[in-house]
Amino acid sequence: MDRVIEVDELTKRYGRRSSGRPVIGRPVIGRSAVRLAGPAGPAGPAGPAGPAGPAGSAADRAAVRPAGSAADGAAGPAADRPAAAGRLAVDRLGFTVRPGRVTGFLGPNGAGKSTTLRLILGLDEPTSGSATVDGRRFRELPRGLRHVGALLDAHDVHGGRTAEGHLAALARTNGIPRRRVAEVLGEAGLAEAARRRIGGYSLGMKQRLGIAAALLGDPPVLLFDEPVNGLDPEGVLWARGLFRRLAAEGRTVFVSSHLMSEMEHTADDLVVIGRGRLIAAESLADFAARGTGGGAGRGVTVRTADPAEGPGLAAVLTRAGATVRAPRAAEGPLVVTGMGADRIGVLAFRHGTPLAELSSRGSSLEDAFMELTADSVEYRRKGGAR
Amino acid sequence: MNAAYPTGAVDARFRDLLAGEWMKLWSLRSTPWAFGVGAFAALCVNLNATFADYRNHPRYSEGIRELFVPIWAMRDAFTLGGAMVFMLATGAVGALVIVGEYGTGQIRTTFAAVPDRRAVIAAKALVLAAVMLVHGALVAGVSFAATQAVLSGRDAGMSIGHPGAASAVAASALLAPVCALVGFGLGALLRHTATTIVTLTGVLLLLPALVDGRSRWSATVLHALPQGAWRRLTEIGESPVPVEFPWTAAGAWTVYAVWSLASVAVALVAVHRRGV
Repeated sequence: MDRVIEVDELTKRYGRRSSGRPVIGRPVIGRSAVRLAGPAGPAGPAGPAGPAGPAGSAADRAAVRPAGSAADGAAGPAADRPAAAGRLAVDRLGFTVRPGRVTGFLGPNGAGKSTTLRLILGLDEPTSGSATVDGRRFRELPRGLRHVGALLDAHDVHGGRTAEGHLAALARTNGIPRRRVAEVLGEAGLAEAARRRIGGYSLGMKQRLGIAAALLGDPPVLLFDEPVNGLDPEGVLWARGLFRRLAAEGRTVFVSSHLMSEMEHTADDLVVIGRGRLIAAESLADFAARGTGGGAGRGVTVRTADPAEGPGLAAVLTRAGATVRAPRAAEGPLVVTGMGADRIGVLAFRHGTPLAELSSRGSSLEDAFMELTADSVEYRRKGGAR
Repeated sequence: MNAAYPTGAVDARFRDLLAGEWMKLWSLRSTPWAFGVGAFAALCVNLNATFADYRNHPRYSEGIRELFVPIWAMRDAFTLGGAMVFMLATGAVGALVIVGEYGTGQIRTTFAAVPDRRAVIAAKALVLAAVMLVHGALVAGVSFAATQAVLSGRDAGMSIGHPGAASAVAASALLAPVCALVGFGLGALLRHTATTIVTLTGVLLLLPALVDGRSRWSATVLHALPQGAWRRLTEIGESPVPVEFPWTAAGAWTVYAVWSLASVAVALVAVHRRGV
């Protein structure tokens, strides 16, 4: 399959060799992966709902668990199979990442995101299951840069080389023309620092270098692990714009993060995992709808320039079908539910009410993410609030 | 997209890997320093011994002067101390070629760019061996020429045409690639800088010093080590004292070959099988 990353029943257990031999070259056999909902293309994310809702799919997954797991679903994967030793980093993970879209890969710290990316890149061998790009295991490819560009960890460079020297050697191994080095360094904003040793770079500069390296082979598939960590605000904007552009060019862009808010601005689709298991694989819009009360139920904060005009606007919005919660303080803002900020703005304009503030409250995505991953957060302060 | 250049046949040329590894080696500032310091130190030790002999030569007994060429002249060209410095320097460079990548995480970037790990290891080993061969030939050649030029002032130098001299120079030159590959193999196996260097020092320097070669087993162990092989290959002329456990030059060359090939084999297997 062209430019598609396919992860199927992927499992990685650390600490004990259960399968022994590497599984390189083994043919890809039947798959029962959860797929991303929504067709790629101009129709947008409003595709048919793929997997059932959270409750339904969780039950489905629980149904295929070995006996004994149902008793303690939240105890973690290690409790599932007491006979097996070691730490289960990735547990029968299945999803598909499609071209032409930015797919966010989300999960709390230690959820298995980086391990999954390493398995996709063949840096580790899965205990069972498979991960393929274009229908092939990555390790079967003789050279990688023209197929998959990847930034796993910005620190994965030898600090003794200059950015230019590092990229030139990488390019050479893949038969990539030397001129690409200057091109990608320029793209990443590192042209000035190209001849400085990487050891002296800040984290943000290393991230830029890693992104530059991923772009070197002009690859159709790109993987980025937490790429905006350490980037300055300008860098974050640049990275988001770059990911959007790469996807618009028809490439497959898979970006991991532990922050939902980051994905909100970039991703079309989401793959959410916790404790190595799949929690959701669907479009961003579908995922947002899982948030408390659903997407439409989220509030919009509205503050009129003249507090005295608040009640008047509230009446207008109520007539138009919105639910307006009265402000707590006399001069406080209105909290509107059941209506989007865009519609509220139009109504306020028609009514001739100048607004001082009009903002969607919080992030329904963040809420959905927190809620869904609450049970799978691995490292949490004991006794602390969620 | 992807119109910039075609993918396919040109995608996987082994010589691109060789060129890439060559660039990686020389884009580190430490590389020329490691080569330079190693060569300089080894030459200093050898020349120091040579100048001592030059000064003392008039006072040597008749017996020693008779045997000076080739036995003592050759030991000045390649002293044990100089060889030990050279073995450690070249072995460390070989180790750092691979451990430097594991230690920094660069290895993941390398293998993401070239998933064919065995090709990477083969290219690294080839570039390392070739560079070390040139380096070793230079250092051994200069050491021989310089020390013998000094000794010729006492009419005690020998030419490269002297029986056994050329092969002793070759054995000293080959010490560089052999030790570098041993360091490379250990580095691929151990993947930690400190552990690798300590183990390397043990194999190349300590172990030969611990076995005295006076019993059959300890002689066998010594002969099976790179340093033992080198000692055998640089011994020329008739020994004035009987050799208890003699062995052949062919055996010593075989030890060189086995250590080199086994190190590369270990690196190929270890790197291919293990995750990074």
